[in-house]
Amino acid sequence: MYLLFILFFPLVLGSLLLIAKPKNAFVWSLAGSLIEAIAIGYILLQSAEPNAAIAFSKPWISEAGINFSLWIDGINGVLIGLTALLVPFIIGSTANTEKANDSTYQGLILAMQTALLGAFLAKDAFLFYFFFEASLLPIYFLAAMYGGENRTAITFKFFVYTLFGSLFLLIGLIYVYLRTPGEIHSADIDALVTTARGLTAANQGYLFLAFFIAFAIKMPVFPFHTWQPDTYTTAPTQGSMLLGGIMLKMGTYGLIRLVLPMFPAGIATWGFTVSVLSVIGIIYGSIIAIQQKDAKRLLAYSSFAHVGLMAAGILTQSIDGIQGALYQMLSHGINIVGLFFVIEIIERRTKTRELAQLGGITQASFGLSVAFVVLSLGSVALPLTNGFIGEFLLLKSVFDQDIILGIVAGLTIILGAVYTLRFIQKTMFGNVSRTTRAFEDLTFGEQFVLIPLVVLVLLGGLFPQIVMDYSASSVQQLTDLLN
Amino acid sequence: MTAIIALSLFGILNLFLGFWFSRKTIQLCTILFLAISMGLTAADWNHELLWFGNMFRTTNTSINFSLIIQLATLFVVGFSNGFGQDDEHTHPAEYYAIMLFSVVGAILMVSFDHIIMLFVGLEILSISMYVLTGSDKRNLRSNEAAIKYFLMGSFATGILLFGITLVYGATHTFYISNITQVIAGTAPESMPSFIYAGVLLILIGFLFKISAAPFHFWTPDVYDGAPTIFTMFMSTVVKTAGFAALYLLVGKVFGGLFVTISLPVIYIISMITLVIGNITAVFQQSIKRMLAYSSISHAGYMLITVAANQVSTTSTILFYSLSYTLATITAFGVYKIVSEYQAGRVENPSYVSSFDGLAKENPFLAFCFTVSLLSLAGIPLTAGFWGKFFVFTDAFNRNILYPVVVAILMSAVGIYYYFKGIIAAYFKTGDIQAIEIPIIVRVSLLLSTFGTILLGVYPSLLKGLF
Repeated sequence: MYLLFILFFPLVLGSLLLIAKPKNAFVWSLAGSLIEAIAIGYILLQSAEPNAAIAFSKPWISEAGINFSLWIDGINGVLIGLTALLVPFIIGSTANTEKANDSTYQGLILAMQTALLGAFLAKDAFLFYFFFEASLLPIYFLAAMYGGENRTAITFKFFVYTLFGSLFLLIGLIYVYLRTPGEIHSADIDALVTTARGLTAANQGYLFLAFFIAFAIKMPVFPFHTWQPDTYTTAPTQGSMLLGGIMLKMGTYGLIRLVLPMFPAGIATWGFTVSVLSVIGIIYGSIIAIQQKDAKRLLAYSSFAHVGLMAAGILTQSIDGIQGALYQMLSHGINIVGLFFVIEIIERRTKTRELAQLGGITQASFGLSVAFVVLSLGSVALPLTNGFIGEFLLLKSVFDQDIILGIVAGLTIILGAVYTLRFIQKTMFGNVSRTTRAFEDLTFGEQFVLIPLVVLVLLGGLFPQIVMDYSASSVQQLTDLLN
Repeated sequence: MTAIIALSLFGILNLFLGFWFSRKTIQLCTILFLAISMGLTAADWNHELLWFGNMFRTTNTSINFSLIIQLATLFVVGFSNGFGQDDEHTHPAEYYAIMLFSVVGAILMVSFDHIIMLFVGLEILSISMYVLTGSDKRNLRSNEAAIKYFLMGSFATGILLFGITLVYGATHTFYISNITQVIAGTAPESMPSFIYAGVLLILIGFLFKISAAPFHFWTPDVYDGAPTIFTMFMSTVVKTAGFAALYLLVGKVFGGLFVTISLPVIYIISMITLVIGNITAVFQQSIKRMLAYSSISHAGYMLITVAANQVSTTSTILFYSLSYTLATITAFGVYKIVSEYQAGRVENPSYVSSFDGLAKENPFLAFCFTVSLLSLAGIPLTAGFWGKFFVFTDAFNRNILYPVVVAILMSAVGIYYYFKGIIAAYFKTGDIQAIEIPIIVRVSLLLSTFGTILLGVYPSLLKGLF
């Protein structure tokens, strides 16, 4: 029941905001997301191990064997924690803007939180799929109602593209589901895993592709990324935060939770191809990021590059790869939300995101530049920041698998440093430009969001063991199954 | 069974009520009548009985279909009003009476145990529909639609009848159970060859009624020309009855013949229907025509489950019909309100552009419209998603792969045109003021939208019953 509360609390609050349209929507949604964060924090502290006490299961479509079952183990616990952690920051980042008390906006963010949590909490594959697709609706409306230039066409492309991909996942799931034993089939993820592993190698190969397309579009992995830079750029800042911070993790989570255990033979056939694609994505994304003029677009490509490394690491099927990917999901979420917020702050004051028009902000706002540098260094994976831990483990796992692939993937650190440092240099240092002349220092509300994020970047770099220990036993179980 | 007697009597009563009462009163009476007949239908639950010289059988399946048909009619009556703003030329008494009569026909079509009964039901429904299509008699396009529908429809009926006679010639009986026995008891070699032609002709007759490609050419023109209220009626009641009859006859009765003749035909036609329906819908400017093509494409999805012919197919068709009915009624309902409001204000009130900026002053209408379109597109949280889900599950149970792949590609195409309406309503700017909606229409919209979401979140609610 407790999980049910966690899952639906944001949706209920969000629906209330959407319908009742209170004047002080910001207070409601921020308070709601903080309560949610505390509630989730409490349950995560209780449940380092999956146990029946917190799992929830009720028949949903009983005649088809589909259950409304939720659970928390070491793997999804990290992502649930990430969602709970980031949403208050995302809501907090609207403070003192016209969006703060826009109840529709806040309501959609909260509805989105339920959809994301649902996908992570689900133990039933169709329930996962249900939330996986349903999450598109709030983000679609968020981006299409509040986005920037040409938003209708771009968000529409995003919607069709991702939905099209997930339909393949749906038929793949149905195919496996119909092969589970018993008069009434089961859609429980464990049952599907057992069944899928018994399928022939050829079938596993096809199914792997069907599943992979869905997740590859969501993440995105090269060459399915064409929707992503436009969507990230056009969406309102909070939409980009949700997309880049949490939503893309549904794809990597799907890889870990479904694809890895279900299709060992599929991975044996296609795994290397996919790893190569992911590594191409790393290099390709980084090189394009170097040339970007628009700050938000630059971040979009950097996120594309990071997620490529996560995919490559996951497909190594090693403890290091999976643990690294989980940790990197967490740190990437924190870093990208922080960076999007920095860009939003710059845009609020200067009305532009063009790198060429910015510069010298550090003279006006020392606080902002410190925050920006720390977050960026986290993104570049400098030691002592959270990004280092994940990236190091991921690279190590890719090296162990294939040395050439590992070397090429390792370029991400160099290329990442190039585009990030260029980004810092163009915005924070150099001469004060016309647009940044009257740059104001951080307001209290902005500090309130930025400072905790910066602290988290450093804490993540210093004490990774807390999260690692939390997920260790579940990841161990998963890799035991794989090998 | 008592329901069809009651409905016939109510229909006649309606004609008399027309002497004394206004349209609004008759509308309320009709709603009451339908509610009573739904109660009577439901009273037969779990009583499997034969009536009218063993020609009419009430089973739980037939009751479910009858209830969906009557529910759809109930909604349509709720949305009904005069043509233009005057009731005088509408002849409300006839209009409601004919609707009740056509429901009788539809119920016969889902409860037959004798092919003649099926044919009579089909004709009652079809002839009523020809009249209703032309009921806006001062509108040229309504007249054109009626004559077109009549000519094409009677031609299809002829083909169907021809098929029935051939099947009769081969089996020497009209009774469904006897036909099943004869077909099951005869070796395929000793079966007279013309029974194949007969089954094929029956199939074609029904494919016409449910507007499957390539027998769909009448659909867009008729749907477009008919008064919106009857387009709503046609795309829900006629379609549900047609599908039920098609499945009960072709899928269940012809037993062994199903695999040899019907399956390959349905298999291919489902794919053609999906492609033609969806691709053509993309190019439509008018919402009404777009919904007409969407109705064709949904016939394609439903044909997949007919081709699968599983134990669960009946319940899938029921669920799909219901979800499609609720969504279509909502979509047409909102379309009707908006296009009537825009008539005279914009050049083409039926175009998508007349929905521009709907959400600003009419959030309720925009919300209902969005939910219905999402359901038609098959997005989670709506009933349409589970409809598609059950169709795919059935198909895979029989290893039907290619139609499902086509269906998936076409679902993506479907999103494209359904979203045009949503984009217009929410993300474009227009100058629609707050539209006043009669309370009965508001309640109908609320219920159908609520039903769509409820079934989308908890499909077990009804899937268990079916």
